[in-house]
Amino acid sequence: MIAAFFADPGAMIVLTGALVGIAASLVGTFLVLRGTSLLSDAISHSIVFGIIIVWLLTRQTAGPVQIAGAALTGVLTVFLTETLSATGRVKSDAAIGLVFPALFSIGVLLINIYARDVHIDEHTVLLGEIGFVWLDTTELFGLHVPEAVIWMSVLTLANLLYISLFYKELKLATFDPALAKALGFAPVAVFYGLLALTSGTAVAAFDAVGAILFIAFVIVPPSAAYLLTDRLSLMLVYGALIAIASSLTGYWLAVWLNVSIAGMMAVMTGVALLLAFLFGPRYGLIAQSRRRHAQTAANACRALAVHLYNHEDSPSRSEENVAEALREHLHWSEPRARDVLLRALDQGLVIRTGNLLELTEKGRATAREILEPWSHLGDQA
Amino acid sequence: MTMLAFLSDFTIQNVMAGAALLGIVSGVLGSFAVLRKQSLLGDTLSHAALPGICIGFLIAGVRDLPVLLAGALVTGAVAALLMVALTRTTRLKTDAGLGIALSLSFAVGIVLLTHIQATGGAGHGGLESFLFGQAAAILRSDIYVMAAIGAVALALVMAFWKEFKLVSFDPDYARTLGLPVLALDVTITVTIALAVVIGLQMVGVVLMAAMVVAPAAAARQWSNRLGTMVALAALFGMASGLFGALVSATARGLSTGPLIVLAASAIVLVSLAIAPGRGMVWEWLQRLKDRRALPSRRVLSTLYRLAAEHGNPAYPAEQTMLDAYHGTSTARGLERLKARGLVARAAHAPEFTPHWVLTPSGITEAEALLGHPNEDENQ
Repeated sequence: MIAAFFADPGAMIVLTGALVGIAASLVGTFLVLRGTSLLSDAISHSIVFGIIIVWLLTRQTAGPVQIAGAALTGVLTVFLTETLSATGRVKSDAAIGLVFPALFSIGVLLINIYARDVHIDEHTVLLGEIGFVWLDTTELFGLHVPEAVIWMSVLTLANLLYISLFYKELKLATFDPALAKALGFAPVAVFYGLLALTSGTAVAAFDAVGAILFIAFVIVPPSAAYLLTDRLSLMLVYGALIAIASSLTGYWLAVWLNVSIAGMMAVMTGVALLLAFLFGPRYGLIAQSRRRHAQTAANACRALAVHLYNHEDSPSRSEENVAEALREHLHWSEPRARDVLLRALDQGLVIRTGNLLELTEKGRATAREILEPWSHLGDQA
Repeated sequence: MTMLAFLSDFTIQNVMAGAALLGIVSGVLGSFAVLRKQSLLGDTLSHAALPGICIGFLIAGVRDLPVLLAGALVTGAVAALLMVALTRTTRLKTDAGLGIALSLSFAVGIVLLTHIQATGGAGHGGLESFLFGQAAAILRSDIYVMAAIGAVALALVMAFWKEFKLVSFDPDYARTLGLPVLALDVTITVTIALAVVIGLQMVGVVLMAAMVVAPAAAARQWSNRLGTMVALAALFGMASGLFGALVSATARGLSTGPLIVLAASAIVLVSLAIAPGRGMVWEWLQRLKDRRALPSRRVLSTLYRLAAEHGNPAYPAEQTMLDAYHGTSTARGLERLKARGLVARAAHAPEFTPHWVLTPSGITEAEALLGHPNEDENQ
């Protein structure tokens, strides 16, 4: 049965996509939180340079040497970017935009010159072909397992291990690098380690999804997770879950529509982001607008309470503290005045005695909280 | 092939005209992107062009350049809007917004591209060339389209020069003057998108980012004036465009886009190194000079303070004492000062060890160095 699973192309494609997504979103979470997620853009392009250099030296297009080479290239990219912006002559965003195209260009030209006939061309590197991952298999424990699955599993485990081992350090280095440094946690080293893993993941993933879609897996699931939760640990879990779901649904849709599988998986991460953006429990658009409405309504109730309180003991009470007065004196439209009044009655801030609106004890406390905040504090003390 | 025959070759003329156009327009617009810290906006806009090109193809049914580029412009604008919407309404930062817009629009582009390939149509062959650019495939009619778009972009920059300048350097002030800052932001973004669209055929979506950043970043090193910077960026962009086009036309098999980008990157490196005033070579030389001058300056100020302390402008200080005070040999520094006529050797009987006094010009120099005239010292 296990053999059948590993022999099923569809299952292998979904599995590879899910592994790419999990590995990428694990490291991506920290990049997004640090505000340096575009480094994944830079890294995934400049590994083209690393791949061709390693190929020229060792004639290997995949495997551990390539992954190590890519890790070094990624670190080199970030190092060059930071050196360039440390000169103070170029802003950090421009530095990113200068370094990776240059490395990418050198890589492409080297491919043009030396590697015309080899199975590395910039199309493969940039676009990948997840549809063929099940063709290259290796025997492992008597099973024919696709190489992409093996390498992505290794990288996923490596990322997971790194994050588990340095969870505390990563967390602190992400949210408070100054404190991390003061406590001796070497935030820079921790961060470079993370970037090396990002690069290794990128090179293991490019066969399957290509360099640019890899960026989608690094940035989009963590961003969606960020809109769903405030907890770092949950963000990592949600990011992985979104990656798995995108891989599954993306595969089905791609097969159904006969389009690029990796592209569709990336699009599905976008759909997940859109859903989180709209329906997120606290930061979603709908939740935000509901909260605003609730606040507006609560404010109106308070305004009503203050109005009634101000005129409670005045001679003009019978004129002011009636439903009709709200329209003129508070400049509320008829329906709005009715809504607010109903709400205030509901909440027990106001009661109606004939035509007159009277504050309850709770309503009076609400008004006093605004007009005489000190008395409110005094009550508590 | 002689140079003349080479240059009169029709294809090569096309490629060179296209590359020069691209360089000029992206240099000019890139200047605004770089100054506004939106360097990577070009990257997002160019990746977002891919779905637009595909949609344009699906609508037109053939590889009709104006329609493809119009599509690219529209999806670029949509991606920019998505970026703004995400960063304004959620807590996602600009980098994530750019990355999301970039990668998702590219993903949509890949899906559409494979859809076009799957549903057939012989015309699809031209679309993939937009990924990496294919300068040799550029037609004369394409050049006219690019020139028209470039003219629109440059005309927009000229028409709104003052406004663009103000919005780029001081948006808050622009707002207080009652300028429509949001509308101007949008206009600048659309104009950058126009520049990106021009380069798609030439260098492709992947490397267009560099064409927005590199010429402008290089030009920034040479001037603090926007006008000069923009002109230089256009020049640098054109030069790298021409270089890349020429080399890829002569050396068979080298892609045009990477060559153009590398030429632009080389210009950046040279500018960083030797641009007057900002160049790193100058700074490095100055630092070297300072480091060499530092010991003698320290000796000079010590001599001055000793003289002031003793109320004797001609106070003879013993060299070994100076050595001990500085914790290192002061012989070289003293010789250097002596060569400049700032100190003089003095005898101080009955001792035989060398002593040094300040000359009048040495006193003036030390006062200038310490930044206060003698009177302050006495007060």
